[in-house]
Amino acid sequence: MTSIIDVEDVSKQFKIHHERHQSLKERLLHPHSGSTELFSALSRITFTVGQGETVGIVGQNGSGKSTLLKCICGVLKPTSGEIRLRGSLAALLELGAGFQPELSGRDNVYLYGAMLGFSRRMVDAIFEEIVAFSEIEQFIDTQVKFYSSGMYVRLAFAVAVNVNPDILVVDEVLAVGDERFQAKCLDRIRRFKEEGRTILFVTHNADQVRALCDRAVVLDRGDMLADGPTQDSLRIFREHLLENAVEHDAAHLLGTITIDSVTTPEGSFEIESGSSLHLDVEVSAKTAYSGNFVLELFARNGPLVSRSDVQAAPVNLLPGRNHIGIDFAQLPLLEGIYDLNVGVVDHRGHTVIAWSEKAASIQVASSGRAGGIVELGATIRQE
Amino acid sequence: MVRPAAGQLHRSLDDAPVRVVSARPTLSTRLKNLWSRRELLQQLIFSDIRIKYKSSTLGVLWSLIAPAFTLGVYYLVFSIFLRNGIPNFVIYLFSGLVVWNMFQNSINTATGVIVDRSALVKKVSFPREILALSNVGAAVVYFAIQLAVLAIFVAAVGHVPAWRFMWLLPVSFLALYFFTAALAMVMSAVNVYLRDMKHLMEVLLQLWFWLTPVVYSYEHSIAPHLSRHGLSLIYFLNPITLIVVTFQRVFYVNTVVTSTVAPFGRLDILPAWSFTKFLDLNLGLLAITVVLFFIAEAIFGRLEGNFESEL
Repeated sequence: MTSIIDVEDVSKQFKIHHERHQSLKERLLHPHSGSTELFSALSRITFTVGQGETVGIVGQNGSGKSTLLKCICGVLKPTSGEIRLRGSLAALLELGAGFQPELSGRDNVYLYGAMLGFSRRMVDAIFEEIVAFSEIEQFIDTQVKFYSSGMYVRLAFAVAVNVNPDILVVDEVLAVGDERFQAKCLDRIRRFKEEGRTILFVTHNADQVRALCDRAVVLDRGDMLADGPTQDSLRIFREHLLENAVEHDAAHLLGTITIDSVTTPEGSFEIESGSSLHLDVEVSAKTAYSGNFVLELFARNGPLVSRSDVQAAPVNLLPGRNHIGIDFAQLPLLEGIYDLNVGVVDHRGHTVIAWSEKAASIQVASSGRAGGIVELGATIRQE
Repeated sequence: MVRPAAGQLHRSLDDAPVRVVSARPTLSTRLKNLWSRRELLQQLIFSDIRIKYKSSTLGVLWSLIAPAFTLGVYYLVFSIFLRNGIPNFVIYLFSGLVVWNMFQNSINTATGVIVDRSALVKKVSFPREILALSNVGAAVVYFAIQLAVLAIFVAAVGHVPAWRFMWLLPVSFLALYFFTAALAMVMSAVNVYLRDMKHLMEVLLQLWFWLTPVVYSYEHSIAPHLSRHGLSLIYFLNPITLIVVTFQRVFYVNTVVTSTVAPFGRLDILPAWSFTKFLDLNLGLLAITVVLFFIAEAIFGRLEGNFESEL
């Protein structure tokens, strides 16, 4: 497989000015004051993306993922190391940044196309498609300054995806537009994927990564924590979040709770589709804690089947061992393996206190011919 | 452009050229990048011009009307009210002004451009010097229009330009372009670190204007005195001087004229150099300015590495 993006030993440091002296007078008067500090945003990142891969870059805010992306796009230059790219690249970074408000939508399409490195002729050929995708036909000759923010972003997105880049870089832009347009964008990204183009996807939303990416790179404060199959990387990401939570909590309450085990009375996790299941979770706590219990069920290497309401299952943990029972009156899952994540969150459901990824794997066997992950139990009759 | 149907494999990139993003790209890589984005430069130049005249009814016509009007005013002033005795002084003045305007417009607009468009610089990837170059490019377009106005005026008053010297113009213009572009690039980058630069340049350009023989003649400057001591070089350290003098030589033609006002004496206007001397000087200047352009590109490359911490 040809490598399309080669990130080799890339580091990036920013100078942080504590006191800015930008005028000549100030520089002359205080030649050495105004201390600067070096902040390391990326340190020695190395990874390769092959043709046709969809790679997610995950990390918390400030982990350096946007910096890395900007380096790959060439907006920032790395302090050391280099990035080698093959083929054309379009970035969905802060959409519409290249627009000139005074110009019409039409002029901006060409200008933005040129900024992405596409010639006038190439944009000519796909101009109709761009306009159709953006859904702003009647306003295409209006100055962009009169556009609503939604129209602005739609036009920018339409240009970036329709110029048919070899590499598409997406940075948390899917939060734009209405839901229908978001779905359209996601659909377009999936089509890119099917066409064998290379996609780099940056987000802190683990669900989106799970849905789109084959592989994920985890960044934390400029360091690369993991690079591997999405499931594995996300597990490392989540565990790391928990470790961090310990460091950051002043009360040192977090991390004092651990999930020791998940067992069934029978000792086996193999069940028949539609049968009941009882799980026994053992949680040890060093101090008393009141929070909520949460469980997540994933189809193996597949989508999230269900996550329980994070405010609906209050638990009062006492120092020592606590037992929590989970009862499924009947589990309507279809044949397959399902991974169970369990955890304790705070009473508002905002912060994870303890988490166990893949605490148990449930094997479901079903006898019927129904397919998918869940039996909806529809009654079908001719009327 | 043919789009592969869904599911169909997209083109193989095995043979696609490799682009490198690194800390300090070599000068040749930078120049290659710059050349590969010439279409963006062209689009930026024309969008600059379009934005300038966007909401006006006459639009781009203004770029023609304004210099024609200026020329008309100078004509009135210098041939009727302030007669300085130099025949066809307007042609002399305007052929120098055309050059000076191109230089001044470029530097004035380009110095602030990186700071003004920091939103773009921080979010879209392209060689940043293109922003400064697009301002120079727009100034070149206005320069061409002014030159056309001058040519029409020269023809209208029945003045004959020095045809034999005519093809000094491309050489001289290229020298002007490279010098202006070099200074514009460096200033746009320096202004990111020292925001005073924009205001400082506006003041310096005024001084610079009076150091250049646009309004007064070369022979009335201190140049001939310097020349007597073999120090002409000092005067020509200002590269605009040679370019202005060349343009004046081509359009104004006469090196010596007879005053039209009393005491009707002889006036030296331009250096009485031969065509070969003009050509040699201009070619020499062109070579120097091309080198300056490369140096400016290298300086810009140095300075742009830290833009993100300053913008």
